[in-house]
Amino acid sequence: MNFELTDVQREIQRMTREFAARELIPNARKWDEEHAFPTEAVKQLGELGLMGVAVPEAWGGAGLDHVCYAVAMEEISRGCASTGVIMSVNNSLYCDPINRYGTDAQKKEFLEPYASGRKLGCFGLTEPEAGSDAAAQQTTAVRDGDFYVLNGSKNWITNGPKADAIVVFAMTDKSKGNRGISAFIVPTDTPGFIRQAPDKKMGITAAHSCTLYFEDCRVPAANLLGKEGEGFKVAMSTLDGGRIGIAAQALGIARAAFEEAVRYSGERKTFGKPIREHQAIQFMIADMATEIDAGRLLVHQAAVLKDQGKRMSTESAMAKLYCSEMASRVANKALQVHGGMGYSKEMDAERHVRDARITEIYEGTSEIQRIVIAASLLKD
Amino acid sequence: MDLELNETQRLIRDTARDYAREKIAPNARTHDREEKFPKDLIVEMAGLGLMGVNIPAAYGGAEAGAVAYALALMEISEACASTAVTMAVTNMCAELINLTGTEAQRARYIPRLTSGEAVAGAFALSEAHAGSDPGAMLTTAVRKGDSWVINGSKQWISHGAYSGVLVVWARTGGPGNKGISAFIVEGGEEGLHIGRHEDKMGLRGSHTASLTFEDLTIPADRLLGKEGDGFKLAMQALDGGRIGIASQAVGVSRAALSASIRYAKDRHAFGKPIADFGAIRQFLANMKTDLAIAELLCLRAATLKEAKRPFSREASMAKLFASEASERICDRAIQIHGGYGYIDEFPVERHYRDARVQQIYEGTSEIQRLVIARETFRAFAD
Repeated sequence: MNFELTDVQREIQRMTREFAARELIPNARKWDEEHAFPTEAVKQLGELGLMGVAVPEAWGGAGLDHVCYAVAMEEISRGCASTGVIMSVNNSLYCDPINRYGTDAQKKEFLEPYASGRKLGCFGLTEPEAGSDAAAQQTTAVRDGDFYVLNGSKNWITNGPKADAIVVFAMTDKSKGNRGISAFIVPTDTPGFIRQAPDKKMGITAAHSCTLYFEDCRVPAANLLGKEGEGFKVAMSTLDGGRIGIAAQALGIARAAFEEAVRYSGERKTFGKPIREHQAIQFMIADMATEIDAGRLLVHQAAVLKDQGKRMSTESAMAKLYCSEMASRVANKALQVHGGMGYSKEMDAERHVRDARITEIYEGTSEIQRIVIAASLLKD
Repeated sequence: MDLELNETQRLIRDTARDYAREKIAPNARTHDREEKFPKDLIVEMAGLGLMGVNIPAAYGGAEAGAVAYALALMEISEACASTAVTMAVTNMCAELINLTGTEAQRARYIPRLTSGEAVAGAFALSEAHAGSDPGAMLTTAVRKGDSWVINGSKQWISHGAYSGVLVVWARTGGPGNKGISAFIVEGGEEGLHIGRHEDKMGLRGSHTASLTFEDLTIPADRLLGKEGDGFKLAMQALDGGRIGIASQAVGVSRAALSASIRYAKDRHAFGKPIADFGAIRQFLANMKTDLAIAELLCLRAATLKEAKRPFSREASMAKLFASEASERICDRAIQIHGGYGYIDEFPVERHYRDARVQQIYEGTSEIQRLVIARETFRAFAD
């Protein structure tokens, strides 16, 4: 038993940390304020192999393991949480299901250009009336010759405004409930694919999301991902992996908040000494440090299990649940350490609070994670 | 990263688990109610290698490493936290003598601990006015010819009344941490008086007493380590001890969680098992997540210790998190049990009482936070 990173994992950590320090940290506040999509940074992530970390090299990815992916996600999100989620959606939610369920023809067209970062993918499961209850899909896909015709809407679709293709879920047989859901790959230039304006969000403002409409959107039958009726399974297994990505994103946000709080606590003086010499501040720092280490152990545990091909629904749910709530606690404490400066946009502390908050909601709310964890405890 | 256990670790864990389930668990409630120190069990556990898990075979230990030790302690604690604390302190004393003792001290005292001959080892550091701040201790040891003469008293000494081997800290020099030395005292020596037995909230199956030393005279070769090194030795022992308490907390947490799962499936309300209610599931999921983290933090610290790498920070994190998580878990366990959680027909109120002390002994939560903060600032300064 050991909890050390391998040489390769450590090298990915070093590379992504340097990239974040050089390209992301200096720009993240500006991108947040301007709601500016980090186009150039995303392109560079692609060149570094980070848009398809765990996708085989043959399909344009870096061919690395999921611990590498988690480590990279943490470092990129430490630099910029928006860039982190753009990367996570492309890796976990778009590339991963195509890599696992796609045919070679699908992989050639819809995986290679995306894993290599030349194109951007997104994932359409959530609907206005189907969030935590994903099985309540109202979008339909009706077979018509060699095509499926999609109708319906999806919302909160991260990368939606920029994506070149989407893995989208629709009901092919409503009578079968969640066994009537199927997954499709739809290029976003398909007629009948319509994007709304980007959502106005509290945080991760440089990562754009929007509502999508499918209006008689005709998709070749060859774009069915997996078998008809297998969509719910595709979605749930994808989200198991996605949760590792979001947990790692939350971890990165917590790290950013924590590191800035540690630094500030050494600079800021009250009552004649740096505030870090006050026990109240020391205790906050100690709790933040402990919770970050705790979260990282859960994330890496889930990633190791995924790499071993073992079941990890419970572990990824625990990682996602804990890291997201931890990130909010840590970001809030970091803001508190900064005092009034923490509330000002002259510093990053308030952005970390805003960015952290979404991690408790997307890719399965905390409440859904708890249902997943409890179900596994009660099943025997 | 490798999360698998090796064969030795599995063997020790399974040995502890089998013994805990068969011999310890059935008596845990009685031991708690009757405040009965489980002397016979302790001696039997020594026979299984559990009183020197991380001690060389040459001194009667199992030589199985720090990870195996943590795993074994989790199992014993899941059955009975009181028995676990005796195991933890005895192992800690054996390890301290192994690390810092002379060859003669090791040969004379460690086998007594690992074999069960001494029953248990005692760690006599705290005093009535020196808990988190051992540098304030008043007990003295004065050199007289070839002897040391110890006077003073110690408080909260787990199973001190039953220990054949005691490590006792006393002041040999000036004030503060640097004037303290550690000594080995044998149970029953003249001048060692066992004081009042403490009536505790929990861990009632573990005997806790004060000790008084009245011109306790021991040979010079009982000094452990160098004169003035006592504080350093204590801190070194407590780093490992914190992994022990974290493991104990994991065991108690496991017991509380499994009792809760069992109860939630059996108990019906509004026409269905309470396990089918979302509120109960939210509790259970939080308990499970807290427990999983405590296990990981604890085993990480143990792997570092086993690899002979620095682990103070990690041991403090494990102890801090696992002890506080344990109280949260036991508290929710009581809530899930409702009224039955509050009475001793069900085990969870005992688990809660047993869990509470984990945030206090072997370094309070507040001391752990100071350690972690100090290590954090140090890491950032580099």
